This record gives sequence, C-alpha cells and structure tokens, in this order.
Amino acid sequence: MSPPLVEVSAISRSYSMRSGMFGRSAAVHAVDGVSLTIRRGETLGLVGESGSGKSTTGRIVLGLEPPDRGGVKFDGKPMAAPGTREWRAQRVRMQMIFQDPLGALDRRLPVAAQIREPLDIHGLGTPAEREERLRELLRAVELTQAHGARYPGALSGGQRQRIVLARALATKPDFLVCDEPVSALDVSIQAQVVNLLADLQAQLSLTLMFISHDLRVVRQISTTVAVMYLGRIVELGSADDLFARPEHPYTQALVSASPAPGRRSAGRIVLAGDPPNPAARPIGCAFHPRCPRAIARCASEVPVLSAVGGDRQVACHLVTGPQAETRDAA
Amino acid sequence: MPPLVSIQGLSVAFNGMPVLRGVDLTLQKGEALGLVGESGSGKSVTWLAALGLLPRHAQVSGSVRLDGRDILGAPAAELDQVRGGRVAMIFQDPASALNPVLTIRKQLCESLALHRDLSGEAVKAEARRLLDLVGIPDAARRLSAYPHEFSGGQVQRIMIAMALAGNPDLLVADEPTTALDATIQAQILELLASVRREMGMAMVLISHDLGVVAENCDRVAVMYAGRIVEEAPANQLFADPVHPYAQGLIGALPPLDGPRRRLTAIPGTVPDPAMMPSGCAFAPRCALATEQCTPAAPSLAPIADGRTVACVRAETARRALLGVAAE
Repeated sequence: MSPPLVEVSAISRSYSMRSGMFGRSAAVHAVDGVSLTIRRGETLGLVGESGSGKSTTGRIVLGLEPPDRGGVKFDGKPMAAPGTREWRAQRVRMQMIFQDPLGALDRRLPVAAQIREPLDIHGLGTPAEREERLRELLRAVELTQAHGARYPGALSGGQRQRIVLARALATKPDFLVCDEPVSALDVSIQAQVVNLLADLQAQLSLTLMFISHDLRVVRQISTTVAVMYLGRIVELGSADDLFARPEHPYTQALVSASPAPGRRSAGRIVLAGDPPNPAARPIGCAFHPRCPRAIARCASEVPVLSAVGGDRQVACHLVTGPQAETRDAA
Repeated sequence: MPPLVSIQGLSVAFNGMPVLRGVDLTLQKGEALGLVGESGSGKSVTWLAALGLLPRHAQVSGSVRLDGRDILGAPAAELDQVRGGRVAMIFQDPASALNPVLTIRKQLCESLALHRDLSGEAVKAEARRLLDLVGIPDAARRLSAYPHEFSGGQVQRIMIAMALAGNPDLLVADEPTTALDATIQAQILELLASVRREMGMAMVLISHDLGVVAENCDRVAVMYAGRIVEEAPANQLFADPVHPYAQGLIGALPPLDGPRRRLTAIPGTVPDPAMMPSGCAFAPRCALATEQCTPAAPSLAPIADGRTVACVRAETARRALLGVAAE
C-alpha cells in the first residue's frame, strides 16, 4: 500500500454564532475531532448534508483555515502557518476546485491569463516555459487555444470548470481538494468532467479529496469514503463496500434516499425531522433524535469511530465489531 | 376518458429566439408525468407558457386544453380560476415564493379565501388542517410563525400546503427537491406521493434528476432543445431508452451499486437557441447521426404501446443499445 500523503489527526474548528441581534453568542462546532488519512494516488470522498462540516474539513486540510485543535501533516511534515514561506512552498503542491466556476474566475480576464497566474505567482519557469505549460494544460483539459483567448462569460459551465481544473493543475500539484466540483453541471456535462478528472488523476498520479453530497458521483471517483454528520465522521470505508453495505443508520438512510432508475420507492428509509442546528448539538450521538434504531445509551454517550472488521470504521453504539470491544476495554 | 390536460404544438419564442419548438403532451386525471432534460431544454417553460405565466414579450402559440377548454391566451379572470385553483405550481426555491414579512397563517388564508368559499373561522381551521396534512408539527402554534422560522424542508411543505389550498386537479412541481438535502428530499417526495394518493391529484414532476423522476412518475417525457424527444412509461424508459439522447443521459449517471464503469459522457454541449442546427437538434452530439438527420427535425412517432420517439435512427439506436448490453 502506498504511503499516506495527507494525515489529519483529530482536527476541530468552531465558530461563534450569535442568535438574533442581541442574542448571546454560541459556539458552533463545524468540525469536531476529525481524523483522516489519504494515501498517495487515492481519492477520499467526503459526503454529508449541508452543515455537516465537509467543506470546513477541506479548507483546514488545505491550510486555508487553522484548526482550533489537532493538526494536518502533508507528506510527513506538519502544515506551516499560513503566510509563511514554508506554507507557500507546500501550497504549490496542493490546490482546490470549487462548485461555482464562474465565481472562481475573473470575468474581465481571458481565461488563459488566469491559468498562467499560479505560475507567475510561484515564479515557476521562464516566460517561454510558462507559455508552453499553458498550451499543455489546455490540451490536458481537452480545450483549444481559441478557448483560452475567451473570457469566462463566453464559455459554457462545463468549459469553465475545465479552465478551473487547468489552473489548479498549473503548478503540478500532488493533492487536489475538489469541493462539489460537478454539482452545478448538467448530467451529461457532469459525466465529461468526472471522466476527465479520473483520467488526469491516473496520468498525473494525483491524490484527491472529493467533497460532494452526490453519493453516485462520490462512489464513481473515490477509493475510500467518509460520511460526515454534524462535524464528525460517522462511517469510513472503501467506496464500493460502504455503499453496498452501509452500517451506520445515517449512511443507510442516505443510501436509501438516493433515488435510482428502475427501483421504486418501496422500502425507503425516510428519516424524521431536519438535520439539527450545529449550534444546538444533541447530547450523545448527534444523530439519535432522527435515528430509527436509537436506544437509551445513544442519548447520553457519544459513540467513538471504531473498526468493525475489514477496513470499515463506524461510530455507532449499535454497530460493534470484534475490534470495537477491545478498544472499549483499553 | 378525455385527458385532463392536452397540449398541442406549444411553441414559445423570446425576442424571436425559439426556446420551445412544438411540444405535444397529454396528461390523464390522477397521472404522474415526469419531465426530464438539461437546463434550457424547455421543461419549465412548457408549463409557465401553458399557465400564462411568461412575461408579455414571450410569443406563445399552439393550444393548451384543460378538460377540453382552451386556456392559452384566456382572459385573466378565467386564468385566475385555473392557476392556484385547478392547477397549482410549486418551485425549486420555496423561500423566495413566500412573503417574508407575513405570517404563514396570512399567506395560507389568502389562497384559501381566493379559491374556496370559506370565511372566518372556517378558513383558519382549514389552514390548520392543511399544515397538519403536510406534516408541520404543532400546526396551530406554527401558523403564527414567519417563513424564516422554518427550515428549508418545512418551507417546501408549507408551499405544498398552499398549493393544496385550492384542491387542485393538477400539481406542477418544478424541481421541488433540488435545493434540499438528500434525507429531506426523501421526506418531500414521500409527502407528495401520499398527498397524491389521498386527493387523486395528477402531478407533473419537472426534474433534472433521472432517479427522482423514475421513482415518482408513471410516464416520463425527455426534452432536448425545446422538443420532446422520447416519451415512455417510466420503467420502460430507464430499462430500454431508445433515443440516443435518452440513452446518453442514462449512461451518464454513475451507478450506486454493481461494478464501476466509465461514464458515457455525451460530447459537446446543448445548442445555443440562436444557432439551432437544422434538422435534429441532437445530431451534432449524436454518435449515430447520418445525413438522414439533417434535412428535417424528426417528429415524435409511436414505436410501441405508449411509447413515442423522435429519431430517424431509432431502430439503429435500439440495436446499438442491445449490442452494448450484450458485451
């Protein structure tokens, strides 16, 4: 197995939020004790609903935000403090792609200039080499020189996302965080971008963190998948196995809620209620008020993410494997 | 049985640019019809045009019959009986469809007063019943709340309650769950299904999500560039799509179980309405296109019981699909 490129250990991040104009400020735990390992060349999929902390996790992993507790190691070295020279050297090797390509591009600049910008900022190569690299990048995302001369407004949504991808790849990064990269695209265009991302990952041996609420797209591209609920990972396992045999009641509901052609809604698990407000996190397991299988213990004790056999880890009192007992004892 | 709604040759142009190019659709009483297609394919415009909800500068032609009466271009007084009364509509973004400075009671009672002969206490009682029906807990108290005090899923429930206020025969749901989280989407779809069962209401479900449509509709129409390209019973369409575009859409959907396969992406993008190709609009992106496809746009032709396809290469497309399946 390849060595880990990214190691995240028990990161937490909270924001203070005021309720109402004169309300008292309360701490919102956006991310609460998340640990992850991403091996070289692999893709970690991060799924969960809005407010589950998946984007914040991505931002902390990239060093765009410091964690309150815990730390991130990239290629064996801890992330340097933002703004320092070491941080910039690390950041050349990691890039990010967002959901809204139009928001990520400058509308008043031809897209080719925007793809070249990271090369200028990090001072990579001579001007001639940068031009050559630009041509290479446009080819890699299957666009022409003519596309490069256009402004973002003159490109389609799928083409814009390709430009954003080309710019992210400009510095030859090892690691890419993609936050809902295809959610705004139509199905047929989504398939083009997903295929392109998979091809580029294989060619450039990229390591990816793929954040999405779309289980199908996540399974398509991921090696390992982590399911988040209210700032914590509730289940972690290999992509195929996790979606075929979800163990955590929340993952089971998510998989069952994903509609599939050729399957009628009979037998679907429909959860009651809304995801709770992160500022008023339920005591015990955060999922217990909506869980169809909750027992008394769930309302008082937070379940720990523990191995339940194979490479699966689950944070649920009702799901226990051989290793879980020994961990409890220790 | 005469159809509830019958749309014939419905066309819409904005500033001379055609966006809907001859849509024929019929809908039986109590039936659930799905409309799928990518953005700009005309799924929403079809129903906005049918209900006279497009801005004045839109040029609309064709005919839309509700129970045999043509409602296209009908006087406002007549349309006001149809909209919100016999035909109700809910939209993707429920929060912007509610007035933020009025209580839910005010807004629910307003549509009840407009479409039902109720007054005084009866209106309030009915408002509470509707809120109960759509599963808002503690309905009596929550009626005095403002839209911002509800979550996204609850606001969509309230929109459904308002749509039901006029006892409609048809509910047009335009991407009703697109803005919602997966577990909330499941709740809303289940609510729509149970309301339909109880009230015997027909539904048009407009969605870009093939899975949502497949599970909740009896019949599905696939739209591309302002036309219907294939129409079939839901289970048949997804098991055996005939139009190359329908095949492409289904092939582009990553599977959630079974072996992973490379997605069959449709090359290129949707044509610009200002530069619509002559003949079949899908031909420039179609792997099976020949010179047969360019002279004239194919019209919807029946290929089997309850199935129509607008493709001159339909037979080849079907064989191509079977070939792929046999691999």
